[in-house]
Amino acid sequence: MNEVKKTKYINPYIGGVLLGIVLLAANFISGRGLGASGAVKSAVVSTVNVVAPTHVENATFYKAYRQSHPGNPMHSWLVFEMLGVLVGGFLSGAFAKRLKFKVEHSPKITSKRRIIFAVMGGILFGFGSQLGRGCTSGSALSGMAVLSVGGFITMTFIFGTAFALAYFFRKNWI
Amino acid sequence: MGPLIVNEIISPNANLFIAFLIGIGFGFALESSGFSSSRKLAGMFYGYDTTVLKVFFTAALTAMLGLLFFSLFGWIDLDFVYINPTYLTSAILGGAIMGAGFIMGGFCPGTAFCAISIGKLDALAFIGGLVLGILFFTEGYPMWEGIYKANFLGTPTMNDIIDLPRGVFALGMILVAFAMFWVGEWAEKKFPREEY
Repeated sequence: MNEVKKTKYINPYIGGVLLGIVLLAANFISGRGLGASGAVKSAVVSTVNVVAPTHVENATFYKAYRQSHPGNPMHSWLVFEMLGVLVGGFLSGAFAKRLKFKVEHSPKITSKRRIIFAVMGGILFGFGSQLGRGCTSGSALSGMAVLSVGGFITMTFIFGTAFALAYFFRKNWI
Repeated sequence: MGPLIVNEIISPNANLFIAFLIGIGFGFALESSGFSSSRKLAGMFYGYDTTVLKVFFTAALTAMLGLLFFSLFGWIDLDFVYINPTYLTSAILGGAIMGAGFIMGGFCPGTAFCAISIGKLDALAFIGGLVLGILFFTEGYPMWEGIYKANFLGTPTMNDIIDLPRGVFALGMILVAFAMFWVGEWAEKKFPREEY
């Protein structure tokens, strides 16, 4: 029974070396690190551009964004990289037989509660990633690899705050 | 020689195709390490599963050492590698808000995309939240522009500010990471739980 339940993930240190090599390749080939939230921002800006083009011409953020990112916002490195993430994650899940639609949550809470907290967490993470100029991938991990002071600070505050608040949300996880 | 794009060894379109390939490696490494499971990720903050710590720091060390050696061999010019700028206030505030989002939502943006690729619907909800959070930031931008741009320090690196050679700082980081791995292994034994 136990053997069936145990999932087959690779050794975390080997996983880390793999991820590190991918990050090194990004720096060597493209001169930049990995990222994730930036691709969502490109999608948001594109959508707003279609829905409300005059708003994009006038609002401060979009004006500055269009100036620093001429051309189609979806024609960006991070958007292509995140499309690859979907493919790579799917392949790994397929090989390991983990493909399955489900809402993962602690048996102590309902799926509905899990979804509500996932949305709230996403809102905070989305907002924080824009304020902090990148998320765990773009700011913390990639920043640390190039020894950026900002990357180390952001990493410390992401993990520090999560640790500090963990007690209040324990029912959701354990 | 490197970075290849800066030295025009590859074209901008090839760079986008390579971004796609790098993304495949990124997604594969995350998923096969178990980062598609929110309960496994959250385990980090309760001590029952410290995979996040091990994968995250091993990856940072690998890339950091790789860049150091590549630079030493003359394969890459680190002056052309993007260094994340440091805006003190927004790095702290943004990090703290992201940390709250992490413990509530159980994902970060990269791991959420990795999780939705194998069918986790809680990750889809998280991504919906990301879109709203980012839209909230872009729409309300004039309100937080001041905080966003406050205390700009340029692009300092850790070895610059404590005035150590890059290699010595890297060695120190390796020792710190090994100490943390040791604590992580200890915590997993002390708070054992089935793997999610």
